[in-house]
Amino acid sequence: MRLEVIPHPSLSRRFLPPILALTATVFIASFLAMVAGGNPFAVLGLIIKGAVGSKFALLETLNRATPLIFTGLAVAVAFRAKLWNIGAEAQLYSGAIVAVLMGTGALAWSAPALIPAMIICSMSAGAMLLLIPTLLKTRLGVDEVVTTLLLNFIFLLLVSLLLEGPLKDPMGMGWPKSARLLAEARLPRIVDGLRLHWGFGIALIAAFVIWIVNIKTTFGYAMRAVGYNPEAARYAGMPVNLIMTQTALLSGGLAALAGFSEVAGLKGTLTLDLSPGFGYSGIIVAMLALLHPLGVVVAALFVAGVFVGADSMSRAAGVPTYLADIMLATALLLMVVAVLLTKFRIMRD
Amino acid sequence: MGEVVLRLEGITKNFGALKANENVSLNLEKGEVLALLGENGAGKTTLMNILFGQYTADSGRVEVFGKTLPPGMARAALDAGVGMVHQHFTLAHNLSVLENVILGTSSLWSWKLRYKLARQQLLELANRYHLKINPDAKVSSLSVGERQRVEILKALFRQAKILILDEPTAVLTPQETESLFETLTEATEQGLSIIFISHKLHEVMKIAQKVAILRHGKLVATKETKETSPNELAALMVGNPINPTAVTKRESGPVLMELLNVSTDTQHQSKGLQNVSLRLCSGEIVGLAGVSGNGQTSIADLVAGLITPSQGKLHLDGKPINRWSPRQSVLSGIARIPEDRHHAGTIADFSLTENSIIERYRDQPFARHGWVNWQAAVGFTQELIKQYDVRCPGPDTRIRFLSGGNMQKLILGRVLQNDPRVILAHQPSRGLDIGAVHYVHKELLEARQKGAAILLISEDLDEILKLSDIIHVSSEGRVSPPFQRGKVTPTELGGWMSGAAFAKQESMHAS
Amino acid sequence: MEILEIFLTASFWTAAIRIASPLILATMGELICERAGVLNLGIEGIMVAGAFVGWFGAYIGMGLWGGVLLAFVVGMFLGLLHASMTVSLGLSQHVVGLGITLLATSLTYYAYRVALPEVTSPPKIEAFQPISVAILAYIPILGPAMAEQTPLTYLAIATVLITSFVLYRTPLGLALRAVGENPSSVAAQGLSVLGLRIGAVVVGSGLMALGGAFLTLSAFDSFFFGMVNGRGWVCIALVVFGAWKPHKAFLGAILFAAFDAFQIRLQQSTIGADIPYQIFLMMPYFLSIAALVVMSRKAEVPAALMVPFYKGER
Repeated sequence: MRLEVIPHPSLSRRFLPPILALTATVFIASFLAMVAGGNPFAVLGLIIKGAVGSKFALLETLNRATPLIFTGLAVAVAFRAKLWNIGAEAQLYSGAIVAVLMGTGALAWSAPALIPAMIICSMSAGAMLLLIPTLLKTRLGVDEVVTTLLLNFIFLLLVSLLLEGPLKDPMGMGWPKSARLLAEARLPRIVDGLRLHWGFGIALIAAFVIWIVNIKTTFGYAMRAVGYNPEAARYAGMPVNLIMTQTALLSGGLAALAGFSEVAGLKGTLTLDLSPGFGYSGIIVAMLALLHPLGVVVAALFVAGVFVGADSMSRAAGVPTYLADIMLATALLLMVVAVLLTKFRIMRD
Repeated sequence: MGEVVLRLEGITKNFGALKANENVSLNLEKGEVLALLGENGAGKTTLMNILFGQYTADSGRVEVFGKTLPPGMARAALDAGVGMVHQHFTLAHNLSVLENVILGTSSLWSWKLRYKLARQQLLELANRYHLKINPDAKVSSLSVGERQRVEILKALFRQAKILILDEPTAVLTPQETESLFETLTEATEQGLSIIFISHKLHEVMKIAQKVAILRHGKLVATKETKETSPNELAALMVGNPINPTAVTKRESGPVLMELLNVSTDTQHQSKGLQNVSLRLCSGEIVGLAGVSGNGQTSIADLVAGLITPSQGKLHLDGKPINRWSPRQSVLSGIARIPEDRHHAGTIADFSLTENSIIERYRDQPFARHGWVNWQAAVGFTQELIKQYDVRCPGPDTRIRFLSGGNMQKLILGRVLQNDPRVILAHQPSRGLDIGAVHYVHKELLEARQKGAAILLISEDLDEILKLSDIIHVSSEGRVSPPFQRGKVTPTELGGWMSGAAFAKQESMHAS
Repeated sequence: MEILEIFLTASFWTAAIRIASPLILATMGELICERAGVLNLGIEGIMVAGAFVGWFGAYIGMGLWGGVLLAFVVGMFLGLLHASMTVSLGLSQHVVGLGITLLATSLTYYAYRVALPEVTSPPKIEAFQPISVAILAYIPILGPAMAEQTPLTYLAIATVLITSFVLYRTPLGLALRAVGENPSSVAAQGLSVLGLRIGAVVVGSGLMALGGAFLTLSAFDSFFFGMVNGRGWVCIALVVFGAWKPHKAFLGAILFAAFDAFQIRLQQSTIGADIPYQIFLMMPYFLSIAALVVMSRKAEVPAALMVPFYKGER
């Protein structure tokens, strides 16, 4: 067996495999729903209805998509430069911690001053957090996959420590949660009366900005060059390690925004279950988007829809919500195969 | 006529639209050396990969000792007694010589590695064919010549009766080549049959009894070496003869770049430099000959800015350089043509446009305040495509779809466009067809005419002799004194390549 | 003084070896994959799957060894999925590995919920009990601690010996070591690169699942969510720490487990009372990172790790 590059893929070659991948995902999910005793059509219908079937559902999906856009962008930016940042979860929590530190009364600033300051500081925290594994990679050759993964576990413990200690809400009646953010530190709603906060708007802006950076700026050009072929980039005189480091700062900062926006926009407080694995789901979002910044928005909406829809389906049909995770992992694996098939033919020798 | 031991019949193999082999038939007789001659890309390697079961032919069959081999099974060819020494050695560096030799010779599911017996057999073979080797040495510690010996022993250990050697002399000094030829002669006397793949005419004339010439995947002729001449073979190999590039005499100008007693640290696989002095003058091509892995990469990396001297000085325009990096090298006006155009020279998934500006993406006119000026970049690329005759669908094409020759033309254009003062050409014609080689030579000579100082690093001695005004030879990180064009013979250069002349020079200094 | 005495008790080392056992099994699995040139980031998810399946086998009456076997088979199946994508198709080992981890974890949780919809607290099984192998007590230092373990720990130790033997003393091991260094060396000798790599990933993944099954069949007696808790990633660090050599990786696992056992005891000691327990729990992860940093410089990485092989290419 051998792979052969297709120089000019036809339209069907480019779109058929991804469509088949998604179709296959739906079939597998239906099968699993049946195993759990559900009617596959009903289950799928309930998922779709739960995701987009009502104004409430739709807003819920948009809210859920917000952190996924941030972590998806973080992963897309890093993976594009072949920096395997699997630590978006920890970076997310670092942003959340900073939001709590700054927003619960430490600074008596008005909202127009406080919120930008929180954004900058959150991003810095996430950036610094990813800087460590990146420097270990560029200076000492330590594989960043394992270090960023292990930092996720360390950070979850750190959050737990903080919530039982310094950041513990005195009014929390013993629950491990932080004090609530002041009103000045909260992200306002986009439209009065609709449960959708400005975090979503910031996420869209971030995606657009990253897209422009990628295609229009010298930094974006260099990032892509380093990702595709660091040897050629170095030969041509690009500061490869510096670009890698800058990419890491950007990626970590974006992931931290997810934590900031969840705390300042949606929850108003930090708990241990702030993120049900948004950092890991960000990998799926980025891969489904083929690392394209605008694609990340679409993929995040899709992934959020599946999660939200599966939650409501589970309540109605009794099929476990983990069906959503299975669907997304399956979609991820089938999608990488599908993308391969859009570019290569599988030939016999 | 002797017994036919290997027969290829009507082999055809297509890769997409490319006809790699078209109805090729060959016979190899017992005890003879058959040379397979052809340019890069003529289909020699594909043909051998089919014989060896790495590829399956679209049609045709392979017969060894009268038995047809099942297609697509490497094992079948090995078991039938065919051994192959690949151009790029297939050795595991973390294993010893003995381990590499016995790899795959007994069933994977047996419980024991018969080291003792195997060592004895290996030493016997080494003795019989005069191939000196230490069975317990790690392959990573061996020289290139020794590694080739291991490859040959691997085949002999499997009791190969037919030996295929793919460009075996490319990595050897003239003296090592001699000794390889002795081994091969010895082997044929003991009844082995050999296919010798090469594009070097004089070697083919010397070692082979019969020559099969491939061109564009087709077998164009089979000749007895006794009844042919190098000129005839060259004509058959190339098809339509190309006039050799004329080199006009030229007075050299001022020194533009100079290495003064430079030493460097050892980098990964490549040898560090020891006290090297080199002088590049305007209007002069300085050729650096030598077997690969003898410090050429270090010199190239030094000029390209990838490494800095650990001792000694680098001068540009007579002034010492303090800060040195790839970026500094580019900014100093050095045109760099890297050895590996696929990995160092281009980014496969980038378009031609993106590849054209790779060295200057943050400089005027391609960038302003951090924004890329794509309009200027596309214009520049279109200019290159036109001026350097790059055959491609357009500037948006990803460069991975270009042939090696067209890729090299783009690289040449990229670096030669604004009349560089110094040019580093590291193996600029490796792997190109003759037309493209000719083009590269023409461009280098033109640049010389315009007054550029050119460092040409090549393993192809013919290329060096043809183009260079001054010739140096590198061996084990040292560089020979300069020789003027026409004042040195290939044999003398061979003495420097093997390192023997360095030893002589040192003893002369000592006395 | 109190702290140092911990190291002298046999019960401490008994605990350390028990903690090390799942790590040893999974580390050997990862080591086999990486020696063949494949980074298997599916390890975490495969361990989760192994933990559940092993326990479930025992729970539905297949017996403890039935559970072990079931876990091994499921692990091999997940390995086959991994290998068919990374080895046969040459897809990114990072992406596919993480995808396998996500898939295996979610499938496991789903299966648990579907199989046991009504339960509120995880049902228990009769787990493996320690058996004494008196002869081992004669081994110096670790001997007494090794003599009182469950059968799966003995299986883990046997796995190290077998892995070591196969790698260094058999033609198969020779081929595995070669295929991770330079696949063409194997292809040129008529062996199948894809076959060797797929085989290594399949068997290695089976061992990872056994590591997971140890948790539910030997260390604990039930399955609960999040029980693998990053052990798979620790194993990847251990492979690097052990410089891709079975005996060194084994020692690394023991050291790591000793440290883990130590921090647990320290938590319970008077010194540990004032320090938040999370600090202790973080330590193993910090230790893993530290091990990676220390070892990464001199490690002899298999040269072809993460490099896909295509036939006819050199």
